[in-house]
Amino acid sequence: MTTDRTHRNRKRALRIAHFIGLFIAMSIICIPGLWIVLNSFRPTVEIMAKPPVWIPNELNLDHYRAMFGGNGQGGVPVLTYFRNSMVISVTSTIIALLVGMGGGYAFARYRFKGKAALFVGLMATRAVPGVALSLPLFILFARIGIIDTHFGMILAYVAMNVPFTVWLIDGFFRQVPRELAEAAEIDGCTRWQAFWRVEFPVARAGIASAGIFAFLTSWNEYALASQLTRSVYSKTMPVGLLDFTSEFTLNWGGMCALAVLMIIPALILTFLVQKHLIAGLTFGGVKG
Amino acid sequence: MVTPSIDLPNGLLMTRLKLPPWLVLLLPAILILMAVVLIPLLLSLYSSFTSYRLTRPDSITNWIGTFNYEKAAKDENFWAAFGRTVLFLTIALNLEMLFGLGLALMVSKVTKGQRLLRTVMMFPMMFSPILVGFQFKFIFNDNVGLVNNALQSLGLSSTAIPWLVDGKLALFSIAFAEIWMSTSVFGILILAGLYAIPQDPLEAAKVDGCTSWQSFRFVTLPFLMPFIYIAMAIRSLDVARAYDMVQIMTNGGPARRTELLWTLIGRTGYVDAKMGYANAMGYISIFLAIFFTVYFFKKLTSARAELGMGG
Repeated sequence: MTTDRTHRNRKRALRIAHFIGLFIAMSIICIPGLWIVLNSFRPTVEIMAKPPVWIPNELNLDHYRAMFGGNGQGGVPVLTYFRNSMVISVTSTIIALLVGMGGGYAFARYRFKGKAALFVGLMATRAVPGVALSLPLFILFARIGIIDTHFGMILAYVAMNVPFTVWLIDGFFRQVPRELAEAAEIDGCTRWQAFWRVEFPVARAGIASAGIFAFLTSWNEYALASQLTRSVYSKTMPVGLLDFTSEFTLNWGGMCALAVLMIIPALILTFLVQKHLIAGLTFGGVKG
Repeated sequence: MVTPSIDLPNGLLMTRLKLPPWLVLLLPAILILMAVVLIPLLLSLYSSFTSYRLTRPDSITNWIGTFNYEKAAKDENFWAAFGRTVLFLTIALNLEMLFGLGLALMVSKVTKGQRLLRTVMMFPMMFSPILVGFQFKFIFNDNVGLVNNALQSLGLSSTAIPWLVDGKLALFSIAFAEIWMSTSVFGILILAGLYAIPQDPLEAAKVDGCTSWQSFRFVTLPFLMPFIYIAMAIRSLDVARAYDMVQIMTNGGPARRTELLWTLIGRTGYVDAKMGYANAMGYISIFLAIFFTVYFFKKLTSARAELGMGG
């Protein structure tokens, strides 16, 4: 009887500990982001208040209005940055996907000499730190005259994303049984038709998630963009975030508002893709 | 394997040059990486042997041999940054793995609302590193930051704690931000591993009288190792993401106490305009990064082979 009771008590204690642990962990994950969102709606006076104001007296859209208002009183050309970010991220993602599909298919379906070495070599190019790569790219782009252009940024981001899309897409094509395409070929399809009609549709969801991953990488990148973009012609949002800082002051509220604008698309896309992303990373890695 | 010859769009090229199909498929990837990564890296290798300064473009032809590397080898600031980077990465990656494992185990035990928790867990992954840097710069701000406000309101501290101004505290704050940003990579992948774990060995262990610790240590953990190595491999691909964050939070300061290799390189190259010297240091950081990547990919392969999942 007593052992039964202590056993039950221990079980209950464990359950409470589990709940508390989970609660603390989730709070640490959520609070920083929520705080940013909250502050984007608060007037600057309240953000700077001493002693702090815990329960907001007033929530308004002033920071958003100032942000979209254009160049009036310290306004930042947010819409231009947003458009630059979109153009650069979407274009580089599409190109990286096409290139990655070719490469991923080659790794998944063909056997050739030096395959493993080539694969690690491709991955190693991704490991080159952005800031170290930005030095020679800056010199080179300045010479060719593509610094501060969309084209230059797209080129850089395609190269940055290709190794990763190759890795992910390779994993997805591996999950498609080889026999499927072979059967289609026996039925009279050409290899090219078999790919588009059979293998591609099966791996499509996975390829889409590789695309979203590539998009997010470009969307969030800073180290290269901060050096290769100079003006409103090509500045992306991560670089634009710095417009809210000046030597001695920081416009916290404005920064928070831009941060929210940056997070929303990322949030939606990540939510859409989460299931496939996990499968892609693990199968690409484990069954490789 | 039947070689397709006329059906691929590159068929013409192939029949003329007799390129194998895998090479045709890989060629765009190889070409673009050569153009944007390999050739610039060769250029930076060359310029690291010159006294190239951004402000004097003709100095790129001024060959000075291994002077920059010798200078780096004797530079105290460089070695301090190097040591700090390795230490920072080791501590951060290990803690991220431990926290990720803990988080995954906790979430996997939840019966209701697991989907929601999984989504929340991925939350930090979609933050731009620069956003994370700015977010924690705000939170750790000594005047209006959340942490100091909370500590003072609760009466735990009477003065404002200089989180980002004091050297040691700044390093802690940066590590905190880095761990916040990247723990979810480990958490998510380890969770995927926990879902895939076969139940039979676990039940066998229970029948044989293993404690829950023993069955975790000898059954669950070995099975999770490949997943941990995948996460390590992915993380090692962009450990330099921390550059964005550190640059925003402290920019290497105060007095170089949080200087990592990447912030040092960035400052030397762009602010001091000493491109040649920055490239020399850049090369050392590139080798460090590639070493990490190759190491974890090797580990991944052997962990896979151990589980019989290799192919």
